Amino acid sequence: MSFIEQTREFWRRDKTWFSSGQTRPYVDVSHQVILYIEGLSVSFDGFKALNELNLYINDGELRCLIGANGAGKTTLMDVITGKTPCDQGSVYFGQDINLLEHSEPKIAQLGIGRKFQKPTVFAAHTVFENLELSLNTHKGIWFTLVAKLSTAESDRIDEVLRTIGLEQQRNMLAGALSHGQKQWLEIGMLLAAEPRILLIDEPVAGMTAQETERTAELLTSLAGKHTVVVVEHDMEFVRSIARTVTVLHQGAVLAEGSMDSIQNNPDVIEVYLGEEP
Amino acid sequence: MHGTSVIKRKIPLTAVARVAIFPPLLLLIIWTRFCFAEDTFTEQSLHSLVAQLSSASFAKKLTLVDEIEEVAGEASLPILEAFLAGQLYYLKQEQDKVFQAVKIEQDNYQILDIYTTAQVEYIDKQAFRARYKKVRINNRLRKKIKLSLSRISLSSGSEASKMQALNALMDGVDESSASLVESLYVKERSKPVKKLMSVVLAVHQLKQATRGATFNQQTDDQTEKQKITQALDLLDGRLEVSVKVALINFKAHLEDLTADDANYNHDLINPLLSKTNAIIHSIEEEINFFLFVEKLFFGLSLGSVLLLAAIGLAITFGVMGIINMAHGEMIMLGAYTTYVVQLLMPNLINYSLFVAVPAAFLVAALVGIVIQRTVIRYLYGRPLETLLATFGISLILRQAVRTLFSPLNRQVDQPSWMSGALELNPVLSLTYNRLYILAFSLLVFIALVFVIKKTSLGLNVRAVSQNRDMAKAMGVKTEWVDALTFGLGSGVAGVAGVALSQLTNVGPNLGQAYIIDSFMVVVFGGVGNLMGTLVASFSLGAANKFMEPITGTVLANILVLVFIILFIQKRPRGLFPQKGRAAE
Amino acid sequence: MSTLKSLFIASLAAGRLTGNGIQYVTIILLVTVFICSACNLLIPESSAFHVSTYTITLLGKYLCFALLALSVDVIWGYCGVLSLGHGTFFALGGYGIGMYLMRQIGDRGVYGNPDLPDFMVFLNWDTLPWYWYGMDQFWIAIVVAVAVPGLLAFVFGWLAFRSRVTGVYFSIMTQALTYALMLAFFRNEMGFGGNNGLTDFKELLGFDIQSNATRVALFLSTALLLIAALYLSRYIMKSRFGRIIVSIRDGESRTRFLGYMTNHYKVWLFVYSAALAAIAGILYVPQVGIINPGEFSPINSIEVVVWVAVGGRGTLYGAVIGALLVNYAKTKFTALMPDGWLFALGALFVGVTVFLPDGIAGYLENSARALQAKADLDNTSEDSLSKDGTSKDNNPKDKPTEEVTP
Repeated sequence: MSFIEQTREFWRRDKTWFSSGQTRPYVDVSHQVILYIEGLSVSFDGFKALNELNLYINDGELRCLIGANGAGKTTLMDVITGKTPCDQGSVYFGQDINLLEHSEPKIAQLGIGRKFQKPTVFAAHTVFENLELSLNTHKGIWFTLVAKLSTAESDRIDEVLRTIGLEQQRNMLAGALSHGQKQWLEIGMLLAAEPRILLIDEPVAGMTAQETERTAELLTSLAGKHTVVVVEHDMEFVRSIARTVTVLHQGAVLAEGSMDSIQNNPDVIEVYLGEEP
Repeated sequence: MHGTSVIKRKIPLTAVARVAIFPPLLLLIIWTRFCFAEDTFTEQSLHSLVAQLSSASFAKKLTLVDEIEEVAGEASLPILEAFLAGQLYYLKQEQDKVFQAVKIEQDNYQILDIYTTAQVEYIDKQAFRARYKKVRINNRLRKKIKLSLSRISLSSGSEASKMQALNALMDGVDESSASLVESLYVKERSKPVKKLMSVVLAVHQLKQATRGATFNQQTDDQTEKQKITQALDLLDGRLEVSVKVALINFKAHLEDLTADDANYNHDLINPLLSKTNAIIHSIEEEINFFLFVEKLFFGLSLGSVLLLAAIGLAITFGVMGIINMAHGEMIMLGAYTTYVVQLLMPNLINYSLFVAVPAAFLVAALVGIVIQRTVIRYLYGRPLETLLATFGISLILRQAVRTLFSPLNRQVDQPSWMSGALELNPVLSLTYNRLYILAFSLLVFIALVFVIKKTSLGLNVRAVSQNRDMAKAMGVKTEWVDALTFGLGSGVAGVAGVALSQLTNVGPNLGQAYIIDSFMVVVFGGVGNLMGTLVASFSLGAANKFMEPITGTVLANILVLVFIILFIQKRPRGLFPQKGRAAE
Repeated sequence: MSTLKSLFIASLAAGRLTGNGIQYVTIILLVTVFICSACNLLIPESSAFHVSTYTITLLGKYLCFALLALSVDVIWGYCGVLSLGHGTFFALGGYGIGMYLMRQIGDRGVYGNPDLPDFMVFLNWDTLPWYWYGMDQFWIAIVVAVAVPGLLAFVFGWLAFRSRVTGVYFSIMTQALTYALMLAFFRNEMGFGGNNGLTDFKELLGFDIQSNATRVALFLSTALLLIAALYLSRYIMKSRFGRIIVSIRDGESRTRFLGYMTNHYKVWLFVYSAALAAIAGILYVPQVGIINPGEFSPINSIEVVVWVAVGGRGTLYGAVIGALLVNYAKTKFTALMPDGWLFALGALFVGVTVFLPDGIAGYLENSARALQAKADLDNTSEDSLSKDGTSKDNNPKDKPTEEVTP
């Protein structure tokens, strides 16, 4: 969004001064599908990271993506969130929002949140501030210069803090959190933004068994209200949360279905599960 | 191309160089001296003739010049040259004592014996004015002397000096000098000299026609026309300035004739005019071509300097990711090493560079390793801090040089084999120092690529630059690899300093002039890519030199910077980016 | 020194003033400035307490540098963007006010030409270049002197940040920018006096620029503007905007994925920073009485960075302390041993980056926090875990410290 558009947005007539509460565009999910990915190809130096990939994610579902290293899971997320440009194909959010036209911040504002493989939180801010910055509000410069936290927003942050179990650490610097806590905080930051779709890359890497269990609980509870897409290597974890699993192989979808059907799929056994001892 | 066959060396600038490059000429002079010394009578008569110069009238001087030339031949060259330059003086007290006086700096004069060129005395302006008086000269005399000089060098002397004399003669060729050349033409054996002589005569012919020929209806001088056509044929493709001037004048003359005189002879003038036009056109095209080549050469030369300055940086910045703001000072250290080496071996200037190159490499590499071990090592992963710390080091090094040597520029001598120019034709001459440095920069580049690609050090360097932790895990001593790589980059900068000392002033700020440009080259070429550095430095050098005539030096500099800033917009990773996800 | 240090730390800890260094600096500044001004104007020259106009001008110069350092700190300390070209904005601001001062000379120049400045007469120009129009008006000149550097920062920042030129690349590009402008301003054709720059100013707003009163007024306004800039910058950095800026420093891509247009944030911060630098330049030129292309030289810009590094980046008041200390040292040093200064400056660059990465302010704050943590540990041993975690955390630049206490 250019500066002019931003100012225009800022001066919009139907808006009260400095109103918080970002108005998101209406996402048309009349066909139950919220994310359409069709014929997507990305290549790095001749290496095809994604190859004619087709994938449909339904509104409110919890989808797990699995696949060997280099299968294209992270690249797929990069393309959806606007980080990596694609060579061909289309990515639609709902019926009519073309995600390929938008930049990363814009896509985030549209309601697609992302959690990285490596937990990235703002070390110099407190847990509370980390969440505050993630809130679904106006993200323009002039607004943030004078922004005050409203009671509703403050309540929302408290709610998220309870959900992720970091109430005790609310005023701690995020840099001082443990690895697992950082993972949680990042998930919390996603929640604070109230996205339509959550893209979560390896959420339980480096977590203890107990933390993993809690994460599984959280993710399953999120599904329904949000659409959740999880990339994970930990098969136990996938089994505990998955309803539908998609297996990627060499940049394309190899199989899709419930965990049981996937586990019995001969192709999958050969290329992925078969490798495990 | 006709011009390329005439390959010869220009007279070098310094006296030392003159002696070394022209041993044959020197021998010749000594030999003639020796001959004349045998014949004491000739020498004495020369002395008496010169002694008369001071008191003679201008008319008398004219004949004296002739006589001097006749008596002394080639030995009279220095005397006549000094006379022509207005350097002949005589003692007020003893009018028959004639000396050569050379003005040194502002107010001092060096008095030389005109026969031996030995220094007689060295005095200031006032004493000089009080005791010496100039042997007066006028334009007629000057012309006479010039003719004598060219006669002497044309009749005797080497091929090169003959060619030079002819070139000097060409511009002011007149009746007398033309007849001189004509008379010598028959005797001359050397082909290029003969060719040049015929060109001189053709120019004379053209000048005459410009002055005299009317080509009107009444005169139907076919022989005249034939002569001129012949002359034009001879001049076709010659690049000498005088040829072009003569042609243009001739053309103007013909055009004047067609404009003024209604009844001019069409059959005579029109073919001549079109021929002249065609020749001028082809000459201009050729000159333009050579000017283009010259610009290209200057561009490549600047490119080679940039390459030398940037290549070390391409290693430290490009491969290791270290921002070394003291890189320019490594170049400076190399230049000062050259200076010190020359101080240590003052009699072997010609060989000094061969010592200086390894010495500068070692000095700069050692300093580099010390910097790496003491400072940079502690700043890994903090590029901005590294930048600041190395900038501090650059300040210290600069000030250290200022304190140790002097804030003033130091004189680094040029070996004789590097001075002079390769004169391909009258338009294009390539100076040897730039040629050598161009070759040298490529040599350094190839050597460096070899080191990085083929040696075990290079293998380690590449391993560390790609994945430090993995390399460490594989048993690579990363600490040492870092130190050695940094040493290598700095050492190459030192070597660059040796080359730069031959082109620019050697002073404490030498490095500063190159640091920004070097960074630009590395960024433009793509970090971590030696080939990119090569391409970037040559293209930036050429771009700079091609813009210079249009925009001026400073603006060209600015435009190149602006261009790079804009270029980075389009391709943030430079011309040859590192590819793939690893690059992120 | 050590007693002074412990005193300072103790007072910080006792008053719970950590993070309020700005108030400290403000109070000290105000007191010093008013005392100096009064001593200059009210006490006769013969008295031992008289402060000479030379000193006033020198202090005024330091304060301008402090403002310049503040502008670098805003962008480097908080956003992690190291600009090695802030001298550009400083010098452009200076040229802006210089043009106004030049026009105020009128026909009192050497050539006595009422329409053209001396150097233009000297170059045989017969008309004023278009960009000199309007510069006879003070307010127009001020607006231009801030707007032009701001615009340059906007264009440059927009180009650079849009294509994600970051880190060292950005630093080198800014250095190239200031270098290019230096070359340009050295040219006579530019119409800014070439090599000699603009000088021989007579009056500012009708007041004699050499007089004591004007000098003191300039000195006072510099101090007040510096304080205003400090508080404005603090407001900005404490706002959500400021926290986003810090987020960009620590994780730009994460900030982008939260929906913030990081480019815009960086560009506008860069413009703000450039405007501060330009104001510093505007205040500087009337006090020193000359502006020439030397102000563009890359070494000037990089020297500013070392002031900030010495003072402590990311603390605002640290930049002010650093600028004042280093420049005071420079004055003393160059008077005592002129050759030694560059050695000292070089050593400062190396020493600060290697041994004192957080600068003086950071060091003091860390010490104060450690002291407080120790005191808290003595009081209550239960909650010590989180406290230790806080103090061990590697140099958090922007400390939301007030809320730490339970």
